[in-house]
Formats: sequence, C-alpha cells, structure tokens
Amino acid sequence: MYRSHVLVCGGTGCTSSNSPAIIEALEKEIKAKGLEEEVKVIRTGCFGLCALGPIMIVYPEGCFYSEVKVEDVPEIVEEHLLKGRMVKRLLYDETVHGQEVKPLKETQFYKKQHRIALRNCGVINPEDINEYIAYDGYQALAKCLTELTPEQVIQIVKDSGLRGRGGGGFPTGLKWSFTAANKADQKYVVCNADEGDPGAFMDRSVLEGDPHCIVEAMTICGYATGATEGYIYVRAEYPIAVKRLQIAIDQAKEMGLLGKNIFGSGFDFDLHVKLGAGAFVCGEETALMTSIEGNRGEPRPRPPYPAVKGLFGKPTTENNVETFANIPTIIREGAEFFASMGTEKSKGTKVFALGGKIANTGLVEIPMGTTLREIIEEIGGGIPNGKKFKAAQTGGPSGGCIPASLIDTPIDYDNLTAIGCMMGSGGLIVMDEDNCMVDIAKFFLNFTVDESCGKCTPCRIGTRRLLEMLDKITSGKGTLEDLDKLEELCYYIKENSLCGLGQTAPNPVLATLKFFRDEYISHVVDKKCPAGVCKDLLTYKVVKDNCFGCGMCAKQCPASAITRTDYVAPGKKLAAFEIDANKCVKCGACESACRFKAIVKE
Amino acid sequence: MKSIEELMALRDAAKAKMTARDDSTEITRIVVGMATCGIAAGARPVMNSFVEEIAKRNLSNVTVAQTGCIGMCQYEPIVEVLEPGKEKVTYVNMTAEKAAKVVVDHIVNGNPVTEYTVGAVAK
Repeated sequence: MYRSHVLVCGGTGCTSSNSPAIIEALEKEIKAKGLEEEVKVIRTGCFGLCALGPIMIVYPEGCFYSEVKVEDVPEIVEEHLLKGRMVKRLLYDETVHGQEVKPLKETQFYKKQHRIALRNCGVINPEDINEYIAYDGYQALAKCLTELTPEQVIQIVKDSGLRGRGGGGFPTGLKWSFTAANKADQKYVVCNADEGDPGAFMDRSVLEGDPHCIVEAMTICGYATGATEGYIYVRAEYPIAVKRLQIAIDQAKEMGLLGKNIFGSGFDFDLHVKLGAGAFVCGEETALMTSIEGNRGEPRPRPPYPAVKGLFGKPTTENNVETFANIPTIIREGAEFFASMGTEKSKGTKVFALGGKIANTGLVEIPMGTTLREIIEEIGGGIPNGKKFKAAQTGGPSGGCIPASLIDTPIDYDNLTAIGCMMGSGGLIVMDEDNCMVDIAKFFLNFTVDESCGKCTPCRIGTRRLLEMLDKITSGKGTLEDLDKLEELCYYIKENSLCGLGQTAPNPVLATLKFFRDEYISHVVDKKCPAGVCKDLLTYKVVKDNCFGCGMCAKQCPASAITRTDYVAPGKKLAAFEIDANKCVKCGACESACRFKAIVKE
Repeated sequence: MKSIEELMALRDAAKAKMTARDDSTEITRIVVGMATCGIAAGARPVMNSFVEEIAKRNLSNVTVAQTGCIGMCQYEPIVEVLEPGKEKVTYVNMTAEKAAKVVVDHIVNGNPVTEYTVGAVAK
C-alpha cells in the first residue's frame, strides 16, 4: 500500500508545459530518498485549471500545487513527502486559508462545477483499467448486459433527456432508437472525436483523462442498437488521446470487457481507432463516415440518415465524445439523477473550454442553465487587467456571440438558439473591449474558407465572397450597401449549403451584425475601428506635449518612421518625436515602448 | 469478465489501493508527526508499521498522513488518530510494535489503547 499518491496532470496543456519532466524528476527524487515503497506517482488526465499548469495534487492531504517547475521537485519531495510539511509557496492561493488548506472542491473554480463527463479526469490514472473500475467503471455495462434489455437501455437514455453534445442537441435516446429499429446484418457505433473548433478541447480532455468511459459507453450503445463494431474517429493531432484510447481498448479486450461474449451475455463488441487528418468538415457526421470508409472526407445529402444508411452503407449511430461520456453515469445512477440537473429542455451538464480574455483558462463542467455571468465572473475568475467584458463567442466557427447585455442568459440549447447563437461543442471564448467584433467574424470566416471541402457551391464560393466583403470593411473601403449585401449572402449560404459546415458558417457574421452593428458602421462610415484592432483604420500619433524626448519609441520602430522634431514641450528638456504616417507599419512597438503614454492610436 | 460479481470483487480490491485519494469525510486519518524531532525519535518505522498493518488487513477507509511538529517533542513519535465524528486520540512515545497494536485494537475493533495515549503517559 502506498501511503501517499502524487497526481501529476498529463493532459496536453500540462504536458506541453513540461509535466513529463516533472514526473521523471519526482520519481528520481523519491527513489533517492528511499520513498518508492511509500509514495506513488500517477499521471492523470486534465484537471481543468489549465491556466495554472503544470498541476500536481498530493494525497492524502489533497494539496494542490500549481505552476510547478522541475526545480521545485526536490523541495516538494524533501519537505512534503519526507517531512510532511506542505510547500506553501507553491500552493494554489485560493486553497490557502490561514494555516489551513481548503479542499480544491471548495475553490471558486470548482465550487459551481458539477462533473459527470469529467468525473474521472484528473482523478484516476487513465492508463490503468483497475483505477477506472475502482471508480465504478464498467458497472453500467454489466448492468445493461445482465439486467436490461436493449429497449430498456434506450428508454433510460430517452428518460434522462440527454441531447447530443456535439452541437446540434439532438435527443440521444431517440437517435439510438432509430438505429435499433432498422434491421441489418451489421450495424455500427461511431464516436465523433474530430474536435475541430479553434479553442475547443473538451473531447480531447475526456479521451486523455478517462478513455475507458468512452469504451464502456460505446459498448453500451452497441448493445442497445444491435451493433457489434465501433469506430472512434479521432484526430491525429491528439497523440496523447490516441495512445490512451488504444491502451484502454487493449486492456478492456484483455479483461474480456470487449470482444466475444461479454459478461457471459452472448453479446460481442469490438472497437477500432481511426485517425483523422484534421479536416474540419470531417466533424460532420456523413463526411466523417466517408472518411472512415477510406474516401475523401466530403459530406453527402441526408436523407438517408446514418441510422438507415451510415458507415459502409449499414445502420450507424454516431455520437460525440462528451455525449458518450455521460452514458455510464446515466445507466448507473438512473435517468432521474441526470434529469434532475439542468433546465426543462436541456438536462444534465455541459463541458466548456474557457479561453480568451479570462483569468482561469481551462475546462469547466456546469449544470445546464448556469448563467454566463457565473461562468465568467465566478468560475472563470473574471477578465484580467481590469478590462470590461464585451462578448463571449460560443460554438466556434459555427456559433455566434453573446453580448455583455445578455450576460445573465441561462445557458442551454434553446436559450442560445433563441438569441441567434449556438451551443456548439463547447468552446467559449471570452472577449474584452480590446477585441474588434468585425475582426472576430473575419477570423472565423477565414477558418471556414480554409476548411470548406468545396463540394457545394454556396459554401465554397459564398464563404469566400463573405470574407472578401469583411476584408473590404476592415480596410475602410466598405459602404453601407455592403452591410446589406453581407447579410443577404449570409442567409443564402445558410439555406443552400449541403452540410452543417456551410449552414452554420455565416453565424459569426450574423451574430456580430445583430449585436454589434454599430461597430460595423464605425468601420464603414467613420472609417475607424473602435477597438483599435483593424490596422488599416489606425494611425499612431505622438502627443507632443507628453513627450519627454527619450527616444525609446524611435529605437523600437522597425520601419524608422519616428524622428525628432524641433518642438520642446513646456517643462520638458528634450525635443519631442513624431511619427511619419506614410512609413508607419502600425506594429504598436512604439506604444508599448513609451513609458509616458505619449503615443496613442486612433 | 464473466459476471458482475467478478467486476465488483475487482473494484473492491482496486479501491482499497486508492484510499489515499479519497477526500470524503468518512475516512479515518492516522497522522504521524514527522518533524526533525519525530524523525529523530523514530517516527519513520512507526509510520511504516501503520502502512503495513493497514495494507495487511485490507482496511479500505484509513489513510496515513504526515504532519510537522506538534510541539511536545519529548513525547515523539506522536501519532494522532482522527475518526469521523469522534474525539481525536493522541498516542505518544510510539514504536512499530505499539503501532500494530493500535491498528488492531483501535482502528479495527474501536477500542483506543488508553495506556499509550498522551493522557496516560503525561500523568
């Protein structure tokens, strides 16, 4: 028995900030101190608080160390593990309470969260099936196979009110029942782990932190719908997730939790991992299946829906990673437990990847119906540098934005749709007053133009034309007429595109036009960018009366656009500088170099 | 895997190895003073003895933790046993053998070993 367990985050965020080296150093130090029989080091999945990574938790005390460096490891081992004294300076501020250490659960970041899909992330070793089993893993599968009929399983999922977490929000139980109703010699289960929205990493974290729950859920889905084979389509850019999934599948096979005659029920199920090459369109269900079949990832018209004719022409159930991650808990704890959380039409919880201008960048799971204000101000810790909240972008390139005036909107599928937004897969990008909304729309359009597969004209050409119009507006050449054309084209693309990519691609433009039309008008009429982002509409100037003539700006200027004048401001000793607007490349280097705030952009 | 019973047996065995990570309040905590004074007086064998005895008996709701100097250095090694909903019991001048007895009498059977407690020794 190990008296102490040291959990180190091995998610992608912490891995890239050097957690593998920390684990290595820990193991070495522990050995050097002769503690290897007493202390166990465990590499877990994502804890969620990525902003503070690399993260380490030491049990049984439950000490939460943040931003740990390799150099800190000897001190942690010597002081904490050997002598039992916590290293106060490394503790997460919020957990320190005088002489006491508060449990992590009670911190602002975790207090309002309710973890179902993420319940094991950062808790167990994802590469050890025994730890998953210790935390009630595979019990839901056992219950399904030994006590429930496939119809009963589907009924439980229906009663829970679970809706697809990939963005659309289609009721999961209903989806399963469609596939179950179709007779075929072979059916499939597909897990969509092709998470492509910029700034979204919910699915990756689930796969990295708790891969067995996806294996279990897909097997349950196979039993309920009559499928015997499953595919997990995961992007190759997620190497840690791919590796852990494969380990999970191998371990499950070895223990007889996958394969033939599982739990002696006569039910067989097998799983394959299929790597995606990273095309955004492959997140669309029909394109994803085409890609698994070995063809170029392009969508096809529906109907026939996958439940009738899906992968290899057979009935197929396709769900997103997070949707599957909820299934074991729903079966184990019952539909009522799940349905007791959330709002009338959106049950349960939702995982969001918090990013952008927010203190606690990371992963949060909250009950549906939590307001945006709670997410940003309480869980997210507010906006850094005292800036003002302007809007939150949800749903990535398919979504819209929620402006500050609607910050008290309870977040669920229907409320977001009502305000012209979309839940999406759960990326939540927070923007402050320094973000230009036209520029944001342009950013996402740029992404969809790149990622459009080109099969249908409205999406291929329409999105490019949209981008050109936005370019025109941000470079100060737009007219008011362009705004109307922009809107018209948006609706045209939405109505005529073949798949979800094109149908939702204009959403960022429409949402920003709806809530921030004044910003578009400033760009068009006043030829100004209110947030000071669009370079073509900016000029940098020296306020000569504030200039001390130190010359720091001229030193930093890469274009040699700043020169000294003859003018000496009252009370100053040296002559002031000025910027030649014709040479200025608007990089902003002078503004950050000036210690006297004498350089302004307008 | 052939039956749900097999799974549950596996779960219980795996869970017993993970009590250290259980942060619920239902856990009995054994805290060993491991400051310089404690270590010098032989706290490490005491702690190891606790860990071994608990593992031997497969006790799934007990954790062993370390702490710093409690302030009564002359009585080290000091061990505190904190059971949920009960008064804290402080054992002093502990040895590995005494630790084994505390596990059997106090942790398993619920009878604190009065003669090892600070109240009895400090009289």
